[in-house]
Amino acid sequence: MKYVDEFRDPAKAKALAADITRLVARIPRARRRPLQIMEVCGGHTHAIFRYGIQQMLPEEVEFVHGPGCPVCVLPMGRVDDCVALAERPDVIFTTFGDAMRVPGSRKSLLKAKADGADVRMVYSPLDALALALKNPDREVVFFGLGFETTMPSSAMTLIQARAQGVRNFSLFCNHTTIIPTIKAMLDSPELQLDGFLGPGHVSMVIGTRPYAFIAGHYRRPITIAGFEPLDVLQSTWMVLKQLAEGRCEVENQYGRIVPENGNARALAAIAEVFELREFFEWRGLGSIDHSGVRIRPAYAAYDAEKKFHMPNVRIADPKSCQCGEVLKGVIKPHECKVFGSACTPETPLGSLMVSTEGACAAYYNYGRVEGLARV
Amino acid sequence: MYDRAPPRARLRDTAINLGHGAGGKAMRALIEDVFLGAFGNPMLDPLEDQAVLPLGDLARHGDRLAFTTDSYVVDPLFFPGGDIGTLAVAGTVNDLAVSGARPLFLSCGFVIEEGLPVETLRRVVASMRETAERAGVAIVTGDTKVVEKGAADKLFINTSGVGVIRPGIAISATNARPGDKVLVSGVLGDHGTAILIARNQLALEGAVQSDCQPLHELVDAMLSACPDIRCLRDATRGGLATVLNEFAQSSQVAIRIRERDVPVRETVRGACEILGLDPLFLANEGKLVAVAPPAEAPALLAAMRAHPAGAEAAVIGEITETPVGMVIMQTSFGGERIVDMLVGEQLPRIC
Repeated sequence: MKYVDEFRDPAKAKALAADITRLVARIPRARRRPLQIMEVCGGHTHAIFRYGIQQMLPEEVEFVHGPGCPVCVLPMGRVDDCVALAERPDVIFTTFGDAMRVPGSRKSLLKAKADGADVRMVYSPLDALALALKNPDREVVFFGLGFETTMPSSAMTLIQARAQGVRNFSLFCNHTTIIPTIKAMLDSPELQLDGFLGPGHVSMVIGTRPYAFIAGHYRRPITIAGFEPLDVLQSTWMVLKQLAEGRCEVENQYGRIVPENGNARALAAIAEVFELREFFEWRGLGSIDHSGVRIRPAYAAYDAEKKFHMPNVRIADPKSCQCGEVLKGVIKPHECKVFGSACTPETPLGSLMVSTEGACAAYYNYGRVEGLARV
Repeated sequence: MYDRAPPRARLRDTAINLGHGAGGKAMRALIEDVFLGAFGNPMLDPLEDQAVLPLGDLARHGDRLAFTTDSYVVDPLFFPGGDIGTLAVAGTVNDLAVSGARPLFLSCGFVIEEGLPVETLRRVVASMRETAERAGVAIVTGDTKVVEKGAADKLFINTSGVGVIRPGIAISATNARPGDKVLVSGVLGDHGTAILIARNQLALEGAVQSDCQPLHELVDAMLSACPDIRCLRDATRGGLATVLNEFAQSSQVAIRIRERDVPVRETVRGACEILGLDPLFLANEGKLVAVAPPAEAPALLAAMRAHPAGAEAAVIGEITETPVGMVIMQTSFGGERIVDMLVGEQLPRIC
């Protein structure tokens, strides 16, 4: 496949992996404990497992699978709100596919659909808006979630809905913003990360500048990374090179997509429609200040939280669930008490087991056998 | 004047209604005009409550009966490369064929939602007839039910099939042994992709057609070249990954495959990249997976490639001893990963 196979070349991968091994030998602290590099984004987690990248690296380099899978960090109470909305007879509830299976305290959207709720999978919020135009007697709600990657399309859809005077469309806004989340992780005392792979598609929107504090204040190297396997390997090499040379900078490996200043039009759409919430509840991580956005009053007519009554109950994570520690890299997925026993992809307790981008599900699906060949 | 058979009734309605399932004249007209008109054969024509199959004829083909059933509920009814009728015949024919049986007779049951245009039903029935002719099977008994609007989605079809296995063939998912080779009969994921595109009306470049086709001739050629085929299955729902996991678990062995040897069409790979899906899990309706002893694998591969239904066949991996029950893939990038069964449906990723 053109423009894809070039980024999956096994010969180049082998050469890069060998370079990485040589680099690691120059980093003294790697002799005491493995270097931990967090990939913030679920897309990277997926690529690491799908292509078996971890096994290509020396044992001194470990990936810590960060909080960037929007499905994985969704608290149960929010899923319950979705189910309550979906179960209203007047509502067509629309969502991205992989949010369907996330467990709520009563049921998932998939189960709600089986029980008769009108839940439909869409590929874009614009598909949901089109559905609203086609069904003027129904209320169409779109479940907006994701970081700055998916935020602009939600924003543009509301702008269009208002321009077209659509009355039966609204957004249940669960969008989250990446920078406060990374900051909260860095402030966590248990954390011992050595560097970051920065999220590629978020950065396409916000640019590379907002990460300066990671290198400056927290003294950690970060490389904005693409999603093909060679992108991930090269970005890892770049982070290790900074470590070997004692540098802490924001570098951009994904220059073919990510401009330094981001995408001005996307940022303008976000600013037009959304404003920061004081705090937002995360699964496994608790409440993080300014980590979520809500819809501005000017667009209140399209805000599902204003339009409908929501149960809005906070549900604590199951006690046995250690998603938070996995998210912070304190333990590995298989070190969780319930991994593979009480918590499996068939019956997920924690949200990291739900989406294929979740660290636990990826680990369970692709890598649970000890002794997958190291290359 | 009563000693000639009465002429077949004509169906003049344009849409199916509950009367067409009520057992009266309307139903008679539907059966005689639409079904007998297409499928007519000496076993079906008397319209008895059952087909009567002479044992002597069956025994000429082999020493064991294979018997299978499957229901078809695909939405949309028509898709690029086929329709529910092609599927309903080819699917059951293939379930028989992968046991090594020669498929001979099919039954078919229709569950029709009232309001279905008669023209739609005629198109489906014409595809069934055409596919049955290609597969050399006769549709010898059937049933029709009409249900109220909303009680079914347009049209469901169940077909059961009977075939005969020739002596000496012993194919089973429990037979794979370490050292055996794993083969597929062609490019994977075409049917699943065609359905996805038809269902979501995604305007993707490069149309993909369903691979829906009967495989009994291919299987026949394969068994002639390699009578010792150990395992054989058509890779329908759940795709290649599911069949391999079934083989690994039933035979208590491990299967190792190489991603770069697994044939997948460029357009299918592209669609999967865009939708965030994995072609290993996509449904096929005309592809099979075989496990064969290593010494016979080259001859088997050559026989498959010599048949149009197996022109793009490939050896994709081997059976090993451990880890028992697992399928492991060497990625084209150079790493390794587990290929597990799907938990539920494959759901597209957010971003």
